[in-house]
Amino acid sequence: MTDRDALLELTDSGLYCPAGDFHVDPWKRVPRAVITHGHGDHARPGMGHYWTQADGVPILRKRLGRYVPLDGVAYGEPLPFDAVRVTLHPAGHILGSAQVRIEHEGRVWVVSGDFKRDRDPTCAPFEVVPCDTFVTEATFAYPVYRWPDAAEVAREVHGWWRECADAGRPAVLFCYALGKAQRLLAELAAYTEEEVLLHGAMVDLVQIYRDAGVAMLPTRAVTELGRGADFAGRLVLAPPSAGGSKWMRRFKGASTGFASGWMQIRGNRRRRGYDRGFVLSDHADWPSLVRTIEECGARRVLATHGNTDVLVRYLREHGVEAAPLATPYGDEEVDEAQAEAAEPND
Amino acid sequence: MRAFARLFERLDGTTSTNAKVDALADHFRIAEDADAGWAVFFLSGRRLKRLVGAAELRGWLRETTGLAPWLFEESYAHVGDLAETAALLLEAGDPAGRELELSLAELVEGRLLPLRGAGPEARRAVVTELWARLPAEHLFLFNKIVTGAFRVGVSQRLLVRGLAQASGVEEEVLAHRLMGHWEPGADFYRRLVSPDDGDADRSRPYPFFLASPLEEAPEGLGSVEEWLAEWKWDGIRAQLVRREGRTYLWSRGGELMDGRFPELEAAAEALPDGTVVDGEILAWDGDGPLDFSVLQKRIGRKAPGPKILRTAPVALMAYDLLEDRGADLRARPLRERRQLLAQRIDGVPRTLLSETVVAADWPALAALREEARSRSTEGLMLKRLDSPYGVGRRRGDWWKWKVAPHTLDAVLLYAQPGHGRRSNLFTDYTFAVWDGDDLVPVAKAYSGLDQQEIEELDRWIRRHTRERFGPVRSVAPELVFELAFEGVHPSPRHKSGVAVRFPRIARWRRDLSVRDADSLEGLRGLVDG
Repeated sequence: MTDRDALLELTDSGLYCPAGDFHVDPWKRVPRAVITHGHGDHARPGMGHYWTQADGVPILRKRLGRYVPLDGVAYGEPLPFDAVRVTLHPAGHILGSAQVRIEHEGRVWVVSGDFKRDRDPTCAPFEVVPCDTFVTEATFAYPVYRWPDAAEVAREVHGWWRECADAGRPAVLFCYALGKAQRLLAELAAYTEEEVLLHGAMVDLVQIYRDAGVAMLPTRAVTELGRGADFAGRLVLAPPSAGGSKWMRRFKGASTGFASGWMQIRGNRRRRGYDRGFVLSDHADWPSLVRTIEECGARRVLATHGNTDVLVRYLREHGVEAAPLATPYGDEEVDEAQAEAAEPND
Repeated sequence: MRAFARLFERLDGTTSTNAKVDALADHFRIAEDADAGWAVFFLSGRRLKRLVGAAELRGWLRETTGLAPWLFEESYAHVGDLAETAALLLEAGDPAGRELELSLAELVEGRLLPLRGAGPEARRAVVTELWARLPAEHLFLFNKIVTGAFRVGVSQRLLVRGLAQASGVEEEVLAHRLMGHWEPGADFYRRLVSPDDGDADRSRPYPFFLASPLEEAPEGLGSVEEWLAEWKWDGIRAQLVRREGRTYLWSRGGELMDGRFPELEAAAEALPDGTVVDGEILAWDGDGPLDFSVLQKRIGRKAPGPKILRTAPVALMAYDLLEDRGADLRARPLRERRQLLAQRIDGVPRTLLSETVVAADWPALAALREEARSRSTEGLMLKRLDSPYGVGRRRGDWWKWKVAPHTLDAVLLYAQPGHGRRSNLFTDYTFAVWDGDDLVPVAKAYSGLDQQEIEELDRWIRRHTRERFGPVRSVAPELVFELAFEGVHPSPRHKSGVAVRFPRIARWRRDLSVRDADSLEGLRGLVDG
């Protein structure tokens, strides 16, 4: 991106806005960072000052430290930058996730961050923000990714939990600690009132969601049950990194599941060795990507994350100027799992 | 189809062996005989051949889904499985009208088998109609059946256990009845699970008994005198069935290899009726074994001509006698079977008795084992002399005790995605060694890394890709791996002029730099013979 009209440039620290002198989700230390959401590959430590959506403030404090210089802003409220107008808009990804809208001299760029269009009771729904240039994620940019209804997936999870209970087995469901766990706890509330057990890495994050007023099933930390506890028939949520660890040994005879968009592909389900895969993603599926790009009316699209080549070629064939943007955001599923499972286990 | 889909879901949804057996047993208890017969057919890895071609199927899919050809191919490359890609794309279609409920037998016998004789337009009409009308959750299975690539991670042994649990018929009996040729259908299934086996098929082989790798010191096996040691040959394991004046040659995979080895079929005429020999087909001239590459010329050749019969002669190395004068010998001790075997094959052309390797104690046997390579074998087989001939791979009585492999340090040059459950990971690697200042590819390897290493390497490959050629990526030559392999033979087909046998990754040599990798010259020095 060398064009002079660019509101954002790719530098080796991240996406930089020269007109406003700030970065969006930078990966190296910079003075001013606007953060789209709290996942590890977007919110990195060491920035001079952070801005993020107000609901995301406790998440960033939890992940980056209690005393980081951080301001929360409401959706739609301008950030205190001179010369450019910067506002945050719901991205529907997780609690406090935002698209960053940058307006300068009549031009409008929007950085989607991670986003989804599917219904999610744990965060504000995605807002279509008209723009000239749309910087979109492309994590699941293949036509084979089409998400089933989350309520239906939760019904499947509940059915599996019941099967395990009938067989006297624990059901351990792996999912990312931030976002996915809370979404499951909220969706499952339609089917049961039973308590769910949490891996330590999830406890504080679930509390943050509760404090934000998100209705979820009652939860308790696994550690509260003490040694020798009986886990038969219990549903346990844990980050993927806990799989195969010593921590797992206590769940004798457990059936294991994984909730992720990657579970759409049978090869992923099988090679990870989980008993069950549940297709539940906080990213946009293919139809959502295409629809969103259409709706925001952008003349130009820059694609980050994952499968940018496919999306870029598709858009070009459909008359949209498009280019890939090389960022280190969740390049592949493993990175995402690692980033999100890298939660301090406290 | 619903019951079969439910079975598939249960098999696919667990990694527990017992849960799979239970799912199979539950299915066979309730399934109609005709459906059960087809379920056995597909679950035992058999395929409906020559229904539709993969290329025409892809064409219909592109038409039906309306995707640009490149986008379809990208999706396929990402998913790695045609049937699954098709199902994922087709599920996106109109949900209305997906109410066609067919039983498995109705689907296969009523809709699919007639496709064989039909013209392309008729084939297209049937398949695309089923795509539009079958319930979305059945599309994957349907596609698997149509593309003839049905694999669900159920071994023959699990299938047999499930059938045994449902029918009460013994596992060995079921396994035997599943061998050979049969036409699936209600009658077949009724015979399969019937308590007594009235009409034995004269071509039917016995289930193969397989050895397990010996990983501990052989001293743990007890006294060396209780064991038969013989060379572990590397050819095509086969069962030669001679009954009612006819000869049937079976591969371990259950393929009838009739016509492929006419000299062995001719030689078998010297055997009495009711004889079944377990052995190994080897490339062999009057004096001894020929290189494996000679045997390769015969593999897959359905009707070898006179020239190939002359230049690539074969022999049967006989290991065991499973049936003698029509009587099943498998329960008798090995020492007895071997004695009878020696008598029966005496004087039969092109049939060799596997040599017994005799040693006073284990260390002496271990020393003999070191000769394995010079004898063109892979090591020793150890078989307990008083053991019966079992079914499948059961640990305890048969061991393969291979010699340590050769190793070399090679540089990763290319990678491509694997298949099946590794379809979206880069797991197929090409390695190179130095030829002067150039790196020349010498081996492809698919296995040897653990899951964590595979995923780490996958990420590395994605970030260090230099060029893409279809699914293949060339990567920066930076990583060194130690490869284990069984031997080297000259190969004009390879740029390096040599091919290595059974290469696999021994370990990731993070301690070595690219310059430390081995040279082609060293590899040439290992060429057999």
